[in-house]
Amino acid sequence: MSLHQASIIGISELKPQRSTVGQTTLDFISSAVIQAVADAGLEKDAVDGLLVGPQVGETPQHVPATVAEYLGIQPRMSNVVDLGGASGAGMVWRAAAAIAAGMCDTVVCVLANVREADPPRSPNRNPIREFDVPFGASGANISYALPMQRHMDEFGSTPEQFARIAAIARQNAQLNPNAIFYGKPATTQDILASPLIASPLHLYEIVMPVAGGAAVVVTNKRRARGLRHPPVHLLGAGEKVTHRAISQAPSLTSGPLKAAMEHAFRQSGLRAADMSLLSLYDCYTIMVALTLEDAGLCAPGQFGPWMDEHCFDHLGDHPLNTHGGQLACGQADLAGGMGHIIEAVRQLRHAAGPRQIPNAESALITGNGATVSEAVALVLGADS
Amino acid sequence: MTALLAHLQVPGPFPNPVTRPFWDAVQNHQLALQRCADCRKWVFYARHHCPHCWSQTLSWEAASGKGVLKSFSVIHRAGHSAWQAATPYLIALVQLDEGPTMLSQLLVDDPTQARIGGAVSLRCVQVGERMLPFFEPSGDDHAN
Repeated sequence: MSLHQASIIGISELKPQRSTVGQTTLDFISSAVIQAVADAGLEKDAVDGLLVGPQVGETPQHVPATVAEYLGIQPRMSNVVDLGGASGAGMVWRAAAAIAAGMCDTVVCVLANVREADPPRSPNRNPIREFDVPFGASGANISYALPMQRHMDEFGSTPEQFARIAAIARQNAQLNPNAIFYGKPATTQDILASPLIASPLHLYEIVMPVAGGAAVVVTNKRRARGLRHPPVHLLGAGEKVTHRAISQAPSLTSGPLKAAMEHAFRQSGLRAADMSLLSLYDCYTIMVALTLEDAGLCAPGQFGPWMDEHCFDHLGDHPLNTHGGQLACGQADLAGGMGHIIEAVRQLRHAAGPRQIPNAESALITGNGATVSEAVALVLGADS
Repeated sequence: MTALLAHLQVPGPFPNPVTRPFWDAVQNHQLALQRCADCRKWVFYARHHCPHCWSQTLSWEAASGKGVLKSFSVIHRAGHSAWQAATPYLIALVQLDEGPTMLSQLLVDDPTQARIGGAVSLRCVQVGERMLPFFEPSGDDHAN
């Protein structure tokens, strides 16, 4: 009963790297796009839609035109999607909408970043710069530490329960040679033994920033069959933005993903418990906890006891971030969120190799940006 | 702690004509908030329109400077290197008695003193060249 007639036919993911020297974001973007279009089995001229992310510092304006010119394409639809870590998922829904509206037929969605030793700070004159930064609250960590402390106080959740989320990510990453922490599993006790950064967050509960990139190609469902790989269909989507600064959040223990996921599940006619894969945005351990609760998989505050009763590897009853998630792969800035889509497509193509979920049919993908404030959820389904 | 803060060279606020009354009040150790003449709700941070009802009739009123601790984080590694010298410090979300929540610091000798739900009161302190509206646990705090 999908309202959408769009499918993902091509994917690419650049191997995450700790740092880069002398490369540009445009180099990474073009590598990701070319690989994704080749993966789809298409020629470059088939691409007539382009969705890109914002590029602070390097190409602050005219980003779509700059990227299109660099790639030598002339899209009929192009735009910037600026939803932080939810940008990748937001792009897929916008691509489907643009195709349905007749704006274009085949859209490439791309996010990529280099990582120089001393990355430039974004020049801000927004309310956060005036009402957070002067108080010593720069950076993202604090905006996740505050909901986590509140969750512990309100529900009695424990540091061990949160640390286990990172340990699961590390464990799943042992089947993903591209993960930054491949070959480096970590137990719950290892996570808790890492330094406190912003209490109650430990270092290993926070994503490691890396360079990388990812792209997906979306086209009309009718055109999607008979290509190089089986198509993966968009069954439902939802989106919500509630605030920007953590002080303005309507709630510290439930986020905008709740509404986004409800919408995506309503469109798809499926439930969270039906999903073959939970591909959940995991910038911090608390983000996974909030998402499991907001998805209705367990009662509010009860992610810890619920996780104790389930298994989250590719053979488990609730496979979760089978690639290791961003907690174990590293976070390639905005492309990190797209990694959750890439992994879902691999699983739904039944091309995930040694970590393949048997009979994978559907996946929930979540994207989260800023301070638990920008949310996009997708439900994807395998071709039948 | 506060002596150390006075010598920090950290990024300060960039007030604009709409927000300047907030910072002017802080300079006098007071908390001022906008209040909407139409819907009567309090507004933080200062804006051109009321975010509750979109009225333009916002006026400045003195706030109580009292609130409760909504959540906190003890910062061991600062997001901005200039703040590292002040670690560990305690970032707080304070729900003001007037309704809005603001981010600030809670001044405590021992971070284990922080209690979510506990009453806090305004205490403006000099941070580098500027006065900032920090908070401290209220003397009559019966934390719940």
